[in-house]
Amino acid sequence: MRHTFAVLVENNPGVLSRVAGLFSRRGFNIESLVVGETEDKTTSRMTIVVEGDEKILEQVSKQLNKQIEVIKVTDIPDDESVNRQLALIRVAADQSTRQEILQITEIFRCRIVDIGRKSLIVEATGDETKIQAIIESLKPFGIQELVRTGKVAMLRGVK
Amino acid sequence: MKNGAEYIIEFLEKKGVEVVFGYPGGQILNFYHYLGRSNLKHILVRHEQAAAHAACGYARVTGRPGVCIATSGPGATNLVTGIADAYLDSIPLIAITGQVKLQDIGKDSFQEADITGITTPITKHSYLIQDLKQLPGVLDEAWQVATKGRPGPVLIDVPKDLFLEQEDMAAIHSHLITRKVAREDNTEKMMPQIVERLSHAKRPLILAGGGVISAGAWDALAELVQRTGIPVVTTLMGKGAYPEDQPLALGMVGMHGLAAANLALSHCDVLLCLGTRFSDRVTGNRRNFLDKACIIHVDTDAAELQKNVITDFPVHRDLNDFFKALLEDPKLVRSEAAGEWSSRIQQWQNQYKQPEAYTGDILKPQALIRSVARLADPRSVVVTDVGQHQMFVAQHYPIRQPRGFLTSGGLGAMGFGLPAAMGAAFGVPGEPVILFVGDGGFQMTLQELATIREHRLPIKIFIMNNGNLGMIRQWQGLFFEAHYVASDLPAFPDFVKLAEAYDVPAFRITTPAELEEKVRQVLSTQGPVLADCWIDTNEYVFPMIPPGGKPQDMIGRWQNETHIRSISGE
Repeated sequence: MRHTFAVLVENNPGVLSRVAGLFSRRGFNIESLVVGETEDKTTSRMTIVVEGDEKILEQVSKQLNKQIEVIKVTDIPDDESVNRQLALIRVAADQSTRQEILQITEIFRCRIVDIGRKSLIVEATGDETKIQAIIESLKPFGIQELVRTGKVAMLRGVK
Repeated sequence: MKNGAEYIIEFLEKKGVEVVFGYPGGQILNFYHYLGRSNLKHILVRHEQAAAHAACGYARVTGRPGVCIATSGPGATNLVTGIADAYLDSIPLIAITGQVKLQDIGKDSFQEADITGITTPITKHSYLIQDLKQLPGVLDEAWQVATKGRPGPVLIDVPKDLFLEQEDMAAIHSHLITRKVAREDNTEKMMPQIVERLSHAKRPLILAGGGVISAGAWDALAELVQRTGIPVVTTLMGKGAYPEDQPLALGMVGMHGLAAANLALSHCDVLLCLGTRFSDRVTGNRRNFLDKACIIHVDTDAAELQKNVITDFPVHRDLNDFFKALLEDPKLVRSEAAGEWSSRIQQWQNQYKQPEAYTGDILKPQALIRSVARLADPRSVVVTDVGQHQMFVAQHYPIRQPRGFLTSGGLGAMGFGLPAAMGAAFGVPGEPVILFVGDGGFQMTLQELATIREHRLPIKIFIMNNGNLGMIRQWQGLFFEAHYVASDLPAFPDFVKLAEAYDVPAFRITTPAELEEKVRQVLSTQGPVLADCWIDTNEYVFPMIPPGGKPQDMIGRWQNETHIRSISGE
């Protein structure tokens, strides 16, 4: 089972290694981890995707809560949240294929952020399935380089 | 205006710290300069590892945080074993280390080590002070972290220059902690059910762990036992939580637990677990652990609940609050089936009794321990090192008082005994401290004989000398086809001469015939004294649940039989 936690931490040096170290020494699997400052400069927010059964997820949450620099741990269920990843994809493109690639990026509402003589860089945002679909569609043209962030997530507002 | 060193010293004094254990070095010299002018009593150990173990011994016996001090780099890394020991046994420990100057950090400077990083997994929290303004907040918080909830070690690393930097501390005294408050689960709803289960159980049992002692909840436990008649087993760390000379005290459970205690554990229908974490040494094979029994698990650390064993009632609560709620409930009564259950336990106790006497020409470790237990001042604090002797003491020395038995339980750190006994002696001045230590463990930290001699501490050291690493030998004998590799300790020194070299009086005990008289002599010697006891090399610790086994797999020599067999017959 995959699960997403939003972890609000104090923005101290070393806090990332503490949290990452906790996962490795307790044998928890991190699928992805994204960290950045929040609206308050003294805190950072980590979005951590963890793989494990319910027992493990309970332990992850409790162990995180024990850390002195962890302010709050929130569960982020997929169906109650907005989540996004970002990918930059360098895809081979010449005269004959460029047009087709542009069409694909339009369909997926991606952006072209760089044009070289033999390649394009596509910037894609979306949830995991969308990013995966874009990658699949671009694969036939030859993906030369791919970089993607982990997932960031936020609970939806009260309707 | 105060400098960093003065502020730390003043803070410790305000908190009532009287003794600190440490060893100086270049990066902490500034601190020592001011420490030497303060009212804090500094005990100079002979190795930093001993400073950490001694601070732990002090904390274990007093319940107050132990403080140890070391310099940067090697001084700090030498503390690591002691800090890890405190972490696993939940002992409040404050470690203060010097660090290289702020501007030199990260340059691989002389005697630089990232000690906050190194100790991250073995402390509740570790702090590197990067600005003197942080110091007041960090000290306040560190003290709280070490002592509140489930206690444990903290480390504060202070760069050399900050000890001397001046700051108007009163003006910046800030609260670092706007931290989350530990969420207490809503356990009120569970209480009526728990009371109901305990009052109507057919075979109820209490498993008391070290948490009962660190919470200071032993009186409440005694009241609960008296009111309900529920028998008590303990973990190694729980020894002393309930007086072991009482009829309802069944002794220690686990790998080397007493047979009746383990059988009671495996047959109970309602188990009340207090401040314990289901260590593998207690549960053996955790799969299907007591799956037919109803388990109530009370712990102040939420992360311990449902971690090792899934229980029916995970109660996240301070033990004192739990006891209060339980004992205030008029519905809590003595179970009607209590009589039948206790007669069944008594039957096990008779059937699987340890031999009354250990006779023969060779000195048996059990006989030595029983003899000391019989002759020693009942107020004595008993300290062990790690190995066979530790388990023999746990089985044969009845512990009557909380904080009266100090042992490295979770980490199992050989070398713990001597320095921990030393720390304990500073914690309870004037009271006798009895140390049992193997010849292996003793040789790991024996340099502290000098410290002990210097302060004339009344520590009675019994070296359980079998010229072997006894527990290793036992495992090799039982599980490695008697292939003894590296478990023999040849060329062991003459411990009597060694003690004399440190100007510590010493005795040698080699036969059962002289045992009683020599033990009397040792115990009546003022100040430190060492007894080199030549015990049977071939003695094994029984009963024993083989690793990964269950209580019914327990092996031993039953009712004075000569051969080893499992309790079920094979």
